Amino acid sequence: MSKKLALSDEILLTVDKPARYIGNELNMVKKDPESVEIRFCMCFPDVYEIGMSHLGMQILYDMFNKRDDVYCERVFSPWPDLHEIMKEKNIPLFALESQEPIKNFDFLGITIQYEMCYTNILQILDLAQIPFFAKDRNWDVPLVIGGGPCTYNPEPLADFFDLFYIGEGETQYDNLFALYKDCRKKGISRADFLHEASKIPGIYVPSLYEVTYKEDGTIKEMKPVYEDVPAKVEKQVVTNLTDATYPEKPIVPFIKATQDRVVLEIQRGCIRGCRFCQAGMIYRPNREKDIDVLKKHAYEMLKNTGHEEISLSSLSSSDYSHLEELVSFLIDNFKDKGVNISLPSLRIDAFSLDVMSKVQDIRKSSLTFAPEAGSQRLRNVINKGLTEDVILEGAGMAFEGGWQKVKLYFMLGLPTETAEDMRAIAELANKIAVRYYEIPKDQRNGKCQITISTSFFVPKPFTPFQWARMYDRDSYLGRAKVVNDAVKEQLNKKSIKYNWHEADVTVLEGIFARGDRKVGQALLKAYENGCIFDAWTEFFDNEKWIKTFQEIGMDTDFYTMRERPLTEIFPWDFINAGVTKDFLIRQWNTAQEEKVTPNCRMQCSGCGAMNYKGGVCFEDKN
Amino acid sequence: MKIRIKFAKSGVMKFIGHLDMMRYFQKAMRRADIDIKYSEGFSPHQIMSFAAPLGVGITSDGEYLDIEVNSTKTTEASIKNLNLAMVDGVEVLEYRQLPTDAKNAMSIVAAADYKIYIKEGYDNPYSIPEWQEKLNHFFYDRSEVLVTKKTKKSEKVMDLKQLVYDFQILEEANRPVFYLKVCTGSTDNLKPELVLLAFYEFLSLSYEEFAFQIHRVDVYAKKEGEGFVPLGDLGNDILTEIPAHQDK
Repeated sequence: MSKKLALSDEILLTVDKPARYIGNELNMVKKDPESVEIRFCMCFPDVYEIGMSHLGMQILYDMFNKRDDVYCERVFSPWPDLHEIMKEKNIPLFALESQEPIKNFDFLGITIQYEMCYTNILQILDLAQIPFFAKDRNWDVPLVIGGGPCTYNPEPLADFFDLFYIGEGETQYDNLFALYKDCRKKGISRADFLHEASKIPGIYVPSLYEVTYKEDGTIKEMKPVYEDVPAKVEKQVVTNLTDATYPEKPIVPFIKATQDRVVLEIQRGCIRGCRFCQAGMIYRPNREKDIDVLKKHAYEMLKNTGHEEISLSSLSSSDYSHLEELVSFLIDNFKDKGVNISLPSLRIDAFSLDVMSKVQDIRKSSLTFAPEAGSQRLRNVINKGLTEDVILEGAGMAFEGGWQKVKLYFMLGLPTETAEDMRAIAELANKIAVRYYEIPKDQRNGKCQITISTSFFVPKPFTPFQWARMYDRDSYLGRAKVVNDAVKEQLNKKSIKYNWHEADVTVLEGIFARGDRKVGQALLKAYENGCIFDAWTEFFDNEKWIKTFQEIGMDTDFYTMRERPLTEIFPWDFINAGVTKDFLIRQWNTAQEEKVTPNCRMQCSGCGAMNYKGGVCFEDKN
Repeated sequence: MKIRIKFAKSGVMKFIGHLDMMRYFQKAMRRADIDIKYSEGFSPHQIMSFAAPLGVGITSDGEYLDIEVNSTKTTEASIKNLNLAMVDGVEVLEYRQLPTDAKNAMSIVAAADYKIYIKEGYDNPYSIPEWQEKLNHFFYDRSEVLVTKKTKKSEKVMDLKQLVYDFQILEEANRPVFYLKVCTGSTDNLKPELVLLAFYEFLSLSYEEFAFQIHRVDVYAKKEGEGFVPLGDLGNDILTEIPAHQDK
């Protein structure tokens, strides 16, 4: 019969979606836990369906399990219904594969993808029965290691993690595992192991750094407590993406995950350099994967999963050099087998419209533009090269090809934004509608539908906007109102729909994105006050957060409302993320001058990422 | 051509619901390289239908799904390929060709067999002979056994004498096992737990929802003159590969 589950039938038949907790999915790796030297539990601190959609986790799961001496398993945030039961019955959090408590593992690796999952990290530690604070842990519990984009400012989480891995996971885990095995064999203390680990490139051990503050609350100095601990932690980069390991047999969940398809990573990084975009900076340099390897992966992964859809993953697919060839290959080889091809992040032009007409139902599908700012002035500030002419031309072509739905994405609260920029959002939408109605009535299909969505801008570390101020909730909502009022004034207002995001979450996100170590206490207090699943509107409770900040007497405006002087030491300055501070300052200044910087293929801007000796920086130079 | 597939569902797979099992088999068909037919249109879907949805928590040795294929390998090869594409807890048992005029499984389901076990950790109040005697009092000695089936919208009174075709107490590992053959299908669907609940209420025993493991044994169609036949018996094994029709 089958193995024993960690949860009883009674519990599994009571909670929503028991499939989240039983494992056993297709391509799940099965090993005898007794046969390995390292047990690693990989955690995505959100619900199963979200976590299982994450590519990075599948890559590392596959990579770790290719080693005979490691068994990598998975865990996700138990949904609040199960959370209650586990707390009440004192059931320790378990890994899906072996169903065994993760507190007995060697490593708990947590991927940190967005700020609003921070309380879920504390939930994981709490349910796993692992002490919250790294300083309270000994060899009886796993080493808690964090990775992912949020670790480019790990400081709000510094107290809760033994180590962080800064950068791409493919490069240094073998060294970390070798050190771990060696240290455990020799009976070395946890503190000494961490000390040694801090010397591995990319590994950051927060307990080995001391932070002092000035009277105004900003950082005076951050330095290692030992001389042999590096003052700067080097971001890790896979130089050759083509040869990098890739999961050809990804796990296929039983319940529908958000990403219920084969994901083909065609490149990492982006040549564009939008000034608000953290991914565009921290994943530099842009590196493409060889097309023949991609074709092989596509074939293998579809065969090994049975998925009915394949999607290309990258920050800007249109910039992939062999996109046409790749897309044609996918259509020619898989379309007839009932495999759908999904192409996110495509620039709208003749090629993409032709492809889309082959893979989608034009009547049902919509075109997506992300101008991010309404006016050309502000688009220059953020370095979004998209011009109004390009948008209108793309939309015009699409309308003539039979499309009638357009989605537009913008941000509000960008640096230098004025009311004029906000109104320009509505005006741009109107111009697109006008373009649609230029088509003779007998050649078009009724009304067009233009949907505007705005989110509020949150400045992120290692971007040219890392010095920028944010605004308060009322100011954000006021900006949305300006757009909403402007939409109502447009001639084609009946063809335009406007959605905007909540503002409370934006403010919190801003606190954590650029927070320092002092913010950690707020996180723990908030968790104790019941904050959990903050990324979910149905669970997010702003009142609890306000209460938390009041209880600990934290002035959150310090983190959000200040424009930082160029001289300020940031909590994340100890990381070398590839892009230099000089470059970011230059970009911050160029932004104020409303000037566009050419993309990496047109002209090198000297960001610093050339040091990694690969990718776009060396294209056509071999 | 039409194919009927029989499979068993056991272990942790009992927690996977009907809709997710459908998604699971759609992907499994591709992995096993079954030449399944797709519907026309922009989002083509596989032509596939299940006989009788199985509730979450129930295991089974007799689940059926019908598919249409363009071409097919032999029964033996197809079962082998499908089982290579399965996870632990799902096993393909049959792969049979149906006559061209065969109705789909869902429309002909008439009955299903169940075994109901008292789970470990829950009380078994009686010995096997006592159970048998009580079963006679509850079911066989009465001319009608009325129960009320509650749904979200309505209540319906049903006579178990009409809808329960067989009810026995079996013995496995010194424990009683309730064996039921009940009316199944779209019109008069009877869930086995409803029968057991009525039995427990009749005996003034407290019925605990999680005390029983229900296991479906097989699903049947009614055949003129032959009574109930397992759905799989309506098809024939494929002994030689059948290529796709050229003329479509």
